[in-house]
Amino acid sequence: MIDLSQQELSAIQLSLTVSFWAVIVTLPLGLWVSFILTRKTFFGQSFLNAIVHVPLVLPPVVTGYILLLTFGKQAWLGQFLENTFGVVLAFRWTGAVLAAAVMSFPLMVRSMRLSLEAVDPALEQAALTLGARRWVVYVTITLPLMLPGIIAGCVLAFAKAMGEFGATITFVSNIPGQTQTVPSAIYALLQQPGAEAQAARLVWISLVLSLGALAVSEWMARRSSTSRKGPHD
Amino acid sequence: MIDLQLQHDLGAFTLDASFRAPNGVTALFGRSGSGKSTIIQIIAGLMVPRSGYVRIGDRVVFDQTQNINIPPQDRGIGYVFQDARLFPHLCVAGNLTYAQKYGRRGQADLGPIVDMLDIGHLLKRRPTGLSGGEIQRVAIARALLSSPSLLLMDEPLAALDAARKAEILPYLERLRDTVGIPIIYVSHDPSEVARLANTVVVLDQGRVQNVGPTEDIFSDTNTAPLLGVRAAGSILTAQVVAHCDDGLSHLKTSGADLFVPRVSRNIGQDIRMRILAQDVILSLHKPEGISALNVLKCTVIELRQGSGPGVMVKLQNGTDILLARITQRSAEAMRLTCGSTCYAVIKTVSVGAAEIGT
Repeated sequence: MIDLSQQELSAIQLSLTVSFWAVIVTLPLGLWVSFILTRKTFFGQSFLNAIVHVPLVLPPVVTGYILLLTFGKQAWLGQFLENTFGVVLAFRWTGAVLAAAVMSFPLMVRSMRLSLEAVDPALEQAALTLGARRWVVYVTITLPLMLPGIIAGCVLAFAKAMGEFGATITFVSNIPGQTQTVPSAIYALLQQPGAEAQAARLVWISLVLSLGALAVSEWMARRSSTSRKGPHD
Repeated sequence: MIDLQLQHDLGAFTLDASFRAPNGVTALFGRSGSGKSTIIQIIAGLMVPRSGYVRIGDRVVFDQTQNINIPPQDRGIGYVFQDARLFPHLCVAGNLTYAQKYGRRGQADLGPIVDMLDIGHLLKRRPTGLSGGEIQRVAIARALLSSPSLLLMDEPLAALDAARKAEILPYLERLRDTVGIPIIYVSHDPSEVARLANTVVVLDQGRVQNVGPTEDIFSDTNTAPLLGVRAAGSILTAQVVAHCDDGLSHLKTSGADLFVPRVSRNIGQDIRMRILAQDVILSLHKPEGISALNVLKCTVIELRQGSGPGVMVKLQNGTDILLARITQRSAEAMRLTCGSTCYAVIKTVSVGAAEIGT
């Protein structure tokens, strides 16, 4: 096992924690948003669609700056959160979760929408005629049929969160041991003369983590699709 | 008892239908585009009409003037879709028990329904591995297992070939005779309707053209053009008297003896069969020395001139009604009028197995 410094270890740990929580936070929200964007029509639908997708096209620095303007210590939403819930996001690891979540959200929603569009509403109608409530139909028919897309969305979001740099460093800075994720650590090491070897090590580690996530998603997607077909195909 | 009155617009198509149907099997019959599927979607609550009402027994499930619109999951109506719509992520057993687990929990029992439709050996299979006929039988069982108070069937046989149809029809007859719930059966196939329905609602371009007992509708000369003159034919009820050694079955109707190709029913059982109007020959004298085995002495009760060269002749034999489609030229040459007596000749081999049911 290679010897990792305290700084490297905490960066890896923080990246994994931040990405995990980013997925956990965006998963239910992603399901809800993909549902209302696909199955409902309401006033402001295209506006919501634009808001969800804007981090995809905006420079990440701009997204981070907007987060700072909304959730910063001086911003009204940031102050509101601090005063009522005691939650501070700016320059904390929780802020890194928010930044990663915002950046990975469009990828998750995109993948969920595609899989939801592939679910035949006729099957949901059939479940209704069997007497199931609408939310039961969603849980027992829609979600299982969307499962491969949900898994793909989660993995994409996780990978995006692992790699998130611009918005994170703008919103929560690059404090070793507190807000320094793997990409920020690589960036910091590259600024430091003679630390190329250390940076290369982190690059390798992030490569292994990303490939690992990809392999897990492939495996899960294959499992869910074979369990759906059964032995008689 | 189903009582409904509906107005609905779908693009250029206008539905304006009302009918009452007693319990038993009611067929909504008409060409494609006549509005039959729209009507049962409205009954199920999957579509909301512009105005009207739907009553099932004494329950109002939809009434536009009273603002009643019970959602589909609360209507207690089973639905067998044309495309079956089995849940692909569940095995057959999972599909069958869906209603009991997540929907209506009723008294419907898995065992007898599985036996009736003969799907016990499929329970562990996935829907993707089933044949078309098996898929429809599972879909019917799934709908029955939700303990519905009304069963809707939207052309459940339309996607199947003739052999699969012949395989499923006996199950549907069994269903009709054993399950005590009213069934609304949508079809554009006269022989299916003739075999299964007690009541027929004839639809044309979104309007109800005729409602009545199946025998009356099929022997109605006004309805014949809607069925298509080639498909027109009356329904005879007969009892199996004997199975002969030469491959024929001897039947008795109210006024005559008939011989048809061997039927798979027991002696003493009642069967009903459709005799196509174009398969009936009329003769003024009792024909002799001909190959046809069935010669029925009849009285002409109606003549109806079509738009073409044909005439539809309605005949009575005993209490049964027979339709014969002949040319206008023959009708004039024979001087057929209401009340005249003639002989209807039916070739034994013209009665196909698909036209015989219970």
